[in-house]
Amino acid sequence: MTVRTAELWVAVILAIMSAGIMWKSTELNIGWIAGSGPGGGAWPFWLAGGMLVTSIWTIVRWFRRATPQSRSTEIFMSADTVAIVGPVVVGLVLLLIGTHIIGMYFSVFLFMIAFVRFLGRHSWFMTLSLAVAAPVVMFLLFEWALTTSLPKGISEPLFYPLYDLIY
Amino acid sequence: MEAIIEPLMGGLLEAFQPINLAMMVVGCIIGLFVGAMPGLGSVNGVAILLPITFLVPPNAAIIFLAAIYYGAMYGGAISSITMGIPGASTAVATVFDGRPLALAGKGDQALMAAALASFIGGSVAAVMFTLAAPPLAAFALSFGPQEEFALMVLAFATFIGLGGDDIPKTLFSIFIGLVLAAVGFDIISGQPRLVFFDIDGFLRGINFLVLAIGIYGIGEILWTMEQSGGKMQVQYVKSSFRSIVENFKRAKDYLGTAIFSGVLGYFVGVLPAAGATPASLMAYGLAKTFSKNPESYGKGNVTGVAAPESANNAASTGSMLPMLTLGIPGSPTTAILLGGMIIWGLRPGPLLFVEHPDFVWGLIGSMYMANLFTVIINIAFIPIFVRVLVMPFTILAPIIFVLCLVGGYSPNASLHDVWLMVLFGAAGYILRKLDYPVAPAVLAIVLGGLAERSLRQSLLSSQGDPMTFVERPLSGIILFCAVALIMVPVIRRLLPKREKAAAGASDGEG
Repeated sequence: MTVRTAELWVAVILAIMSAGIMWKSTELNIGWIAGSGPGGGAWPFWLAGGMLVTSIWTIVRWFRRATPQSRSTEIFMSADTVAIVGPVVVGLVLLLIGTHIIGMYFSVFLFMIAFVRFLGRHSWFMTLSLAVAAPVVMFLLFEWALTTSLPKGISEPLFYPLYDLIY
Repeated sequence: MEAIIEPLMGGLLEAFQPINLAMMVVGCIIGLFVGAMPGLGSVNGVAILLPITFLVPPNAAIIFLAAIYYGAMYGGAISSITMGIPGASTAVATVFDGRPLALAGKGDQALMAAALASFIGGSVAAVMFTLAAPPLAAFALSFGPQEEFALMVLAFATFIGLGGDDIPKTLFSIFIGLVLAAVGFDIISGQPRLVFFDIDGFLRGINFLVLAIGIYGIGEILWTMEQSGGKMQVQYVKSSFRSIVENFKRAKDYLGTAIFSGVLGYFVGVLPAAGATPASLMAYGLAKTFSKNPESYGKGNVTGVAAPESANNAASTGSMLPMLTLGIPGSPTTAILLGGMIIWGLRPGPLLFVEHPDFVWGLIGSMYMANLFTVIINIAFIPIFVRVLVMPFTILAPIIFVLCLVGGYSPNASLHDVWLMVLFGAAGYILRKLDYPVAPAVLAIVLGGLAERSLRQSLLSSQGDPMTFVERPLSGIILFCAVALIMVPVIRRLLPKREKAAAGASDGEG
């Protein structure tokens, strides 16, 4: 896909999204309510209207080839880019799914190993020290200092002895 | 005058509190680091680290974050000079002369000039800030909702008039930021609003941090990973005590330029869309124009390093002025600081000077202190920073991602926010590739709630007559300025010849 094609697609998707938000805004009154001013839906409705108009404006400029992107025939996501950005995004999504299941601490441990060792090709020593340090620092900072519990999923029972220590 | 000196002394004492002092020093060091790291700037550091500041009281938190801001302005120069890659966009102009100096073996001269000029610029701006802030805040106390709304329109108009980005894309960015701020509950009727797909998480609204960390944490790192394919060549810098003393003496060569650039940078920094990057480019351009031998610029003129470095530091201080006195951020970084103030339970705006003088003056006092500390740390530890800079991005990036993960989770203890953050990060990355500016959206999500409230209050009190914004003299004048700014690109288009000439001139500078 060229940058030119991407520019059009993104503008079209943003226009559809804007129209969707306009429609969603009408769940609340978008007109004038006597005595209490504009209805609750009016503000987002007209703003989303602005989003729609500016997206269409970009589409018009695309047809007129007015933006540098609409004239560019370069590849939008080259193979090299996909090879770098793709695994990172997939890794982040897996990190989040993992947080739901095995909790944030173990997911971060695995994420660090995957990233530092397999993307970064660093030594196992570097990998493991980072992978262990990250969750330990997180635990000390959040559970101990900030007393904010981070999600632990099914790994929760493993933390019971630690709770006894800090609370 | 006394009305300023007394609270300023109090502020300096406040900044000297052990916890504030410690946070300031740590902030300066982190700031130097994020500024020096290519791909990370002050806005990234502040967005990613804001959630951690819930550990300390608001006074210490704002001092910490502000110190990161100044530190980053100093730090950007380090990689500009030693690697030829600007550590942050604010240090782009520093490369022009900093890199040739480093290649000629005069890297220490360039680094010293950058540090001292930053100090001069920061100090000039801090003094101007101290003099301007109290009267401006006192004046702003008379503002009604009409003026508040007009000011926000003016803030957004600067992006259209001065931002230099594609206009429909800039407008889109502003609108989507405001819409995201409207998610949750209607502020007046209390009804749920824009709860997309009936997901309960949206009932809490979208915290500005989710967007800010998504864009400046995840999106920016994706962008940097894509860009940083090539290897970096570090120009090692030798420095000794004697050379430090000698370089101090050289400061008189660029003292005048640095002071002038500081004043310029301060005023450019006050404008929301302009900020430190254009300020430093303008300062470089002007220093070259008024120089006795302009042809030496770009080949290793120390003044060419001093001018932009002084300006970008001054701009970072200047951008705090509207944030603190009017509640309108002067840059993306201060937008995040402003959002932080709301989380800490403070109400940004002119009342802050009346209600929380210790907070305001503590921050002002810390401007002076942080400047002093950063210049000392900078000069003392330059060799160490250069060593750290060769740290591969594949180690830094996962650490940042983990910081984003916990930073997105902790404010609301919600994984819904983290999913949204990753989504915003990926979307922000794609949009950035297509030249949609993202800073207006971050500013808009912070200001959105306030903008809606002031608009609806104004319309309610005028029975729906929009003329109320023009009839009140103050808001009328502010809106007139906003319209004038929006007209700037239109006027530029009507003068095609001049535009071409100007473009040619700026090409020559680069």
